[in-house]
Amino acid sequence: MARIEFLGPIGKEPVEVDIKNLKELKEIFAQDEKLKEWLGICAVALNDTLVKSLDVAVKPSDKISLLPPVCGG
Amino acid sequence: MLELHDGPLHVEEIINRWYIDIRYKNFGAFIPFIGIVRDEKGIDGLSFDIYEPILEAWFEAWQKKAEQEGAMLLMAHSKGDVPNHTSSYISAVLSPQRKVGLRLINDFVEDFKASAPIWKYDLIDGERVYAKNRSMPLSGAGLLST
Repeated sequence: MARIEFLGPIGKEPVEVDIKNLKELKEIFAQDEKLKEWLGICAVALNDTLVKSLDVAVKPSDKISLLPPVCGG
Repeated sequence: MLELHDGPLHVEEIINRWYIDIRYKNFGAFIPFIGIVRDEKGIDGLSFDIYEPILEAWFEAWQKKAEQEGAMLLMAHSKGDVPNHTSSYISAVLSPQRKVGLRLINDFVEDFKASAPIWKYDLIDGERVYAKNRSMPLSGAGLLST
């Protein structure tokens, strides 16, 4: 099961999901009302590298992170 | 070099230590940028969350860019609460000449604002309020939206 982490202000505990790619994750999250406000503004990292395509394979040992808009300094 | 501290930065200690460390490395310019938390909009201070794995990778990529120009980057950032009139952020460029350093500090801080995985909150009446309106979506944001 891949582990999903919700970083910064999202305030949601990590979850584990059985998916083979990011398209499947998108379908799962589409049913989550609490995540709706975040999905349009969050970037996605696979094993700490930002990804820009849904055509990315996901292995059971992978970590996926959702990163909301940032403001350091 | 990247360093993260709990709470406000001890600016005098950090800058002094950096200066002592680098003065014999034969850089001609040491250009620090120090952010200070302003008292505005009724806030008591700021607070920060950091995702360290991606921040470290981002910083290392910038360090390599700086090295290609004979320069070096230093950065310190706070985690947690930082009261008004204290500092949460210091970055500095060391470079052989002034012009390279001034350009690098500008480009580095601009990209820091756009790319560093750090989340800012206003401290208001003891609560952390996400500074959403001042935050920037990272590259590729919205990938999972329907």
